Amino acid sequence: MIGRALVVASALALVTAPAWLASPYHLHVLIMAGVFAILALSLNLLLGYTGQLSLGHAAFFGIGAYTSALLALKLEWSFWLALPSAAVAAGLAGWAIGRLALKLRGAYFVLVTISFAGVISLVSINWMELTNGPLGLPGVPPPELGPWSLRTKTAYYYLVLAAAALAYLVCHRLVYSRIGRALVALRENEPLAESVGIDGTRYLVLAAVVSAALAGVAGSLYAHYTRFVSPEVFLFTYTVTMVIMVIAGGKGTLVGPVVGALLFTALPEALREAMAWQWQMLAYGVVLVVLVFFLPRGIVPAITARAARAAAGSRAMRPGAAPR
Amino acid sequence: MEQLLQHLVNGLVLGGTYALLGIGLTLIFGLMSVVNFAHGEFYTLGAYAAFAVLALAGWPFFAALAAAIAAGAVLGALCERTLLRPLRGESIDTVMLVMIGLWIAMQNTELLVWGGVARSIPHPFPTEPLTLGPLNIAPLRLFVVGAAAALIAAAWLLIQRTRLGTAMRATFQDRDTAALMGVPIGRIHTITFAFGSALAAAAGALLGPVFLAYPSMGDLASLKAFSVVILGGLGNLAGATLGGLLLGVAEELGAGYVSSGYRDAVGFVAIILVLLFRPAGLFARAERIG
Repeated sequence: MIGRALVVASALALVTAPAWLASPYHLHVLIMAGVFAILALSLNLLLGYTGQLSLGHAAFFGIGAYTSALLALKLEWSFWLALPSAAVAAGLAGWAIGRLALKLRGAYFVLVTISFAGVISLVSINWMELTNGPLGLPGVPPPELGPWSLRTKTAYYYLVLAAAALAYLVCHRLVYSRIGRALVALRENEPLAESVGIDGTRYLVLAAVVSAALAGVAGSLYAHYTRFVSPEVFLFTYTVTMVIMVIAGGKGTLVGPVVGALLFTALPEALREAMAWQWQMLAYGVVLVVLVFFLPRGIVPAITARAARAAAGSRAMRPGAAPR
Repeated sequence: MEQLLQHLVNGLVLGGTYALLGIGLTLIFGLMSVVNFAHGEFYTLGAYAAFAVLALAGWPFFAALAAAIAAGAVLGALCERTLLRPLRGESIDTVMLVMIGLWIAMQNTELLVWGGVARSIPHPFPTEPLTLGPLNIAPLRLFVVGAAAALIAAAWLLIQRTRLGTAMRATFQDRDTAALMGVPIGRIHTITFAFGSALAAAAGALLGPVFLAYPSMGDLASLKAFSVVILGGLGNLAGATLGGLLLGVAEELGAGYVSSGYRDAVGFVAIILVLLFRPAGLFARAERIG
């Protein structure tokens, strides 16, 4: 009851945000939160539902950003073709990494994803003819919709909001389908899941492809919003931010990463006056350690658990919630 | 030919420090099952400790090396006691997240303390290179490779020839049985982490004067250490030593003959290829995946 009211209220707040937000700067923060929400949802598909941590997720984000920017700049493709192409390019990379690396688990998977991101980042710096090297690609055009340019912050906000909502729906459909249940089964007990006929590698690769494609969409949205792409899109900071958002919000839940994305985009902006950037990153590290020690399941599961306890016995836990 | 020899010599200098980094990490990884993403930060710590002692306090070079090793050991022990001990028995992924947190926190602390500007670390060696036939080598680099070799030998003696080393090897082979035989597992873990961190700090203090010290230098160091561990096989000391030398030479050859822009890609590619095709390391006799 309260849950449903909360969902409606926050949906309403998000849709009407441009009307009541005081400054374009706040709208900018919300747009970035939307991009990060897509990234966090994407990382959560792997980290939350398959239990495999990709520490190279910025690579898929960057591949999406570069694909979209290059298609728009060099071939003058419309944004509406560049965006899906970015998703396809990142998804293909996700497929390749998934096929190769998902033979491995845990720490080894993490290392392969880091290495992949490292190689891609070096390519973006060194392949001058294609990427313009460290100078980056300026002048990525803003999207156009018929006769209108989505150049204004308000228009772009609705575009990002729609994309984030779509990403949420894709994740929702996936998680509550047979595939999602198979993924959770594999996460919980892989030999048992395989013994009942779940093809582990196939499902994990599928999750990697969808996850990478979503990150590619976020990259494309980012490129056409900031209108500039440089090798900085591959910065490890992006990956760390995504990981914090997912862990803090609650991995293995759908709302968690979104809450994490809003929190960890808004909070640093709010603290910008009081805190230098280095302090903020230092705080990220400390927050990650503190979360693992004191709130290992994340904010959203902690709140829902408390609410469930309050309304004792009224409803069972939702499927897919992480056990720990 | 002369060029090739020169590349090989440069590669061995680099490789010696990579081996130090790798030995520290392979001990921690193999013995404690801790994926230590903060390993490179102890390398950074060593470089800055050397900088503080040499440039600010004006002490001699050997004191700087000793100070770096001490700083690495103390901070390593501290981290193990406060962060890792309470998490013993938790899943490897949980511990990995904590180490990622420690990595970010340490790196940005270095950034706050020392600023983002790269620091050059002074050293007492003459800058004029020694000439050996067709080869040129800076005296500093010669010292680095010698010191690295000495430290590797010391580590090897500690692990193979002392009671403590026997206890460490026993813990690596079977933690529970070792505990039943009276090995104090907690203390062994603390010592292992402190020892591994001290080796990383030593590598930082040695390579710091060759290159520069800057806060994010640990990122690449961590990845190189992981490449070495993966090349050599988990917990394999000799493998890590060979893997370090191999990586150093391969990087130097790659930078010299392929493209200097892709120097750091050698380690990444090594990680990917070895994990995919020989996950037990290059020097494993039989395939075993654990």
